[in-house]
Amino acid sequence: MNTIQFRTGFPRRPLNHLCFLAWLGSVVLLAISAAPAAAQDWFRTGTGLGVEKARVAVADFAPRSPSAQPLANIFSDVVRGDLEYSGILEVVSKSFYPTQVPSVPSELKHAAWSDPPASAHLVAFGNLAASGNDLAIEAWLYDVRNPSAPAVLGKVYRGEVTDAQIRRFAHQFADEIISRLSGGLPGVASTRIAFVSTRSGNKEIWVMDYDGSTQRPLTSLHSIALTPRWSPDTSRIAFTCYAPAGGFTSAQICIYSLETGKLVTFPRWRGTNSSPSLSPDGSQIMFMSSMHGDPELFVCDPNGGHLKRITYSAGVDTSPAWNPKTGQQVAFVSDRGGIPQLYIMNADGSNAEKLDLADMGYVIDPAWSPNGQLLAFSWRRPDGNYDMYVMDVATRQLVQLTRDAGRNERPSWAPDGRHIVFESTRSGTRQIWTMLADGTQARQLTSQGQNESPNWSSK
Amino acid sequence: MMRSRFSGKAILFCLLASVLLVAACAKKVAPPPPAPPPPPPAPARPTVTLQASSTFIQKGESVTLSWSSTNATQLTLGPGVGTVAPEGSTRVSPEASTTYTITATGPGGSADASARITVAAPPPPPPPAPPAETMEEMFRKNVLDAFFDYDKSDIRPDAREALSRTAQFLRTNAPINVTIEGHCDERGSTEYNLGLGERRAQATKQFLIQLGVAPERMETVSYGKEKPFCTASNEACWQQNRRGHFVPAR
Repeated sequence: MNTIQFRTGFPRRPLNHLCFLAWLGSVVLLAISAAPAAAQDWFRTGTGLGVEKARVAVADFAPRSPSAQPLANIFSDVVRGDLEYSGILEVVSKSFYPTQVPSVPSELKHAAWSDPPASAHLVAFGNLAASGNDLAIEAWLYDVRNPSAPAVLGKVYRGEVTDAQIRRFAHQFADEIISRLSGGLPGVASTRIAFVSTRSGNKEIWVMDYDGSTQRPLTSLHSIALTPRWSPDTSRIAFTCYAPAGGFTSAQICIYSLETGKLVTFPRWRGTNSSPSLSPDGSQIMFMSSMHGDPELFVCDPNGGHLKRITYSAGVDTSPAWNPKTGQQVAFVSDRGGIPQLYIMNADGSNAEKLDLADMGYVIDPAWSPNGQLLAFSWRRPDGNYDMYVMDVATRQLVQLTRDAGRNERPSWAPDGRHIVFESTRSGTRQIWTMLADGTQARQLTSQGQNESPNWSSK
Repeated sequence: MMRSRFSGKAILFCLLASVLLVAACAKKVAPPPPAPPPPPPAPARPTVTLQASSTFIQKGESVTLSWSSTNATQLTLGPGVGTVAPEGSTRVSPEASTTYTITATGPGGSADASARITVAAPPPPPPPAPPAETMEEMFRKNVLDAFFDYDKSDIRPDAREALSRTAQFLRTNAPINVTIEGHCDERGSTEYNLGLGERRAQATKQFLIQLGVAPERMETVSYGKEKPFCTASNEACWQQNRRGHFVPAR
């Protein structure tokens, strides 16, 4: 498989005035207080500045042979789904499309797309050929309101004829479009979500595409696997496993390599070891261990060497989360104050400080946004159920993302900083959902068995 | 034409066979019936007697049944014996009290005689020694779990009592090592509960150390909320799940 970029207009400058404005419009500060001083990058979710989002049409990709028709349909549908999901642009409804569908740029009739009812600003189109096991997709993005302009994007994708490969290419193309139209925002269409599922009878680690497709098991340990966390390079997943040794089973840290499809050798320690979390540079793993008695936080190398204790306080210290931007701060859960609450400390354990909230109640599951400024977490206020909140750590401003919809826990941010994956019981069983970081556009990704503990890959 | 000729032959053959058959039969029935014999004298009515060598036996013993008869052509002794000679004896060993009946049948009619054997239950055997309690049963009876308050790992008064009994057993059964599992109810997070369950297992272990159980005989493991004893969402069930649970080490 390879990708070739060709005939691309405006290679390094913001694509055109309109799209640039649309991008600006999409960078919106969610108003959480009247204080204009809080004007930082908050959630990039809506417009709200009166600037319309870019309207993008995705024409049905033309099959080069009749047998390629279903494959072309998958490609078009996945690109459309990815663009809609991004939240930064508006996908033109298919019912407004002109009947003539271009398969190559010479067939594109700009006005047919830019005029009402489509009123598109940009059109993605192309063709798909499948002969034997060889897949070839040509894909373009054109600014139809500017007929003289060259292609905004032109891509060729070659690979094997498999459903998963076509989806991968569609996600890549969608991410290219999103990155172009947003001025470099990373798309999430190629990302994956690790999670725990009971559907095979035991809790095992599973992985799926960001949109819930191609759900597949990674582990088959037939015991209890919990708390998966991606390594920053997405080559490994660290998790909590129950491993027998010498007739005694205990909770240990397990590390699965997606490259070899096997567990990596990692030391065992006494007591309960759980909740591993990798530092943003991948050089350290922090985890909870009771190897010295009380459950405390420890760090070690990715191979288990250079073990060092980090916390010294009576009670449980767990759920470490490294600040992905700085790598210098760790948010964690501790009940040193009586009940589980959030604390932030330096990565060496110094300067632990409690994140004070107005009410009491359990506060758990800290998750940093990719820009290292926001903490998502789950909070059960004294009178309610677990709901998700996001706090601006610098200002302590707080937004509630879920309410009156079952138990909502375990947030994890997408690398675009605009989406959050979490587990919720709102549908009656525990399932994985995503939503925009302002709490809107909730989407259910799983439905088979009980599914929990999602973790979004960083790329 | 062919068909009717064949049919004609068959009919001819059948006719011939019938004639021959009739002729043969006619030969047999031909002699006249003999004159009926004079009526015999009325046969004597049969008699029968049945005696048991003992009418009261212990279960497992046997008894001899003897009988004699006159004018009988057939004698049936029951239950369970069958046709017998006109005079004789047999040993029976009934399991339970039984009435034996002998029926004599002859040309003059039939006659019965009975003998009841009462079988006493055997004296109760000496009660068997109660099966030795297995170590597993003793463990289950004497090693008691410690239960905890919500989000707490302090040993409560009821847990002190339970653990005192547990310690007593473990002190006197030195070869037994245990795993102490810490469990939690469903309300906390998976990760926090793994820590809390460990705290409960540790608190249980520390209390037993104070009561004289050697620390190296006890391993701790937390299952958090992953292996609940009870799955309903109410306090009675949650209490069942907040515990330090003992499992004999293998």
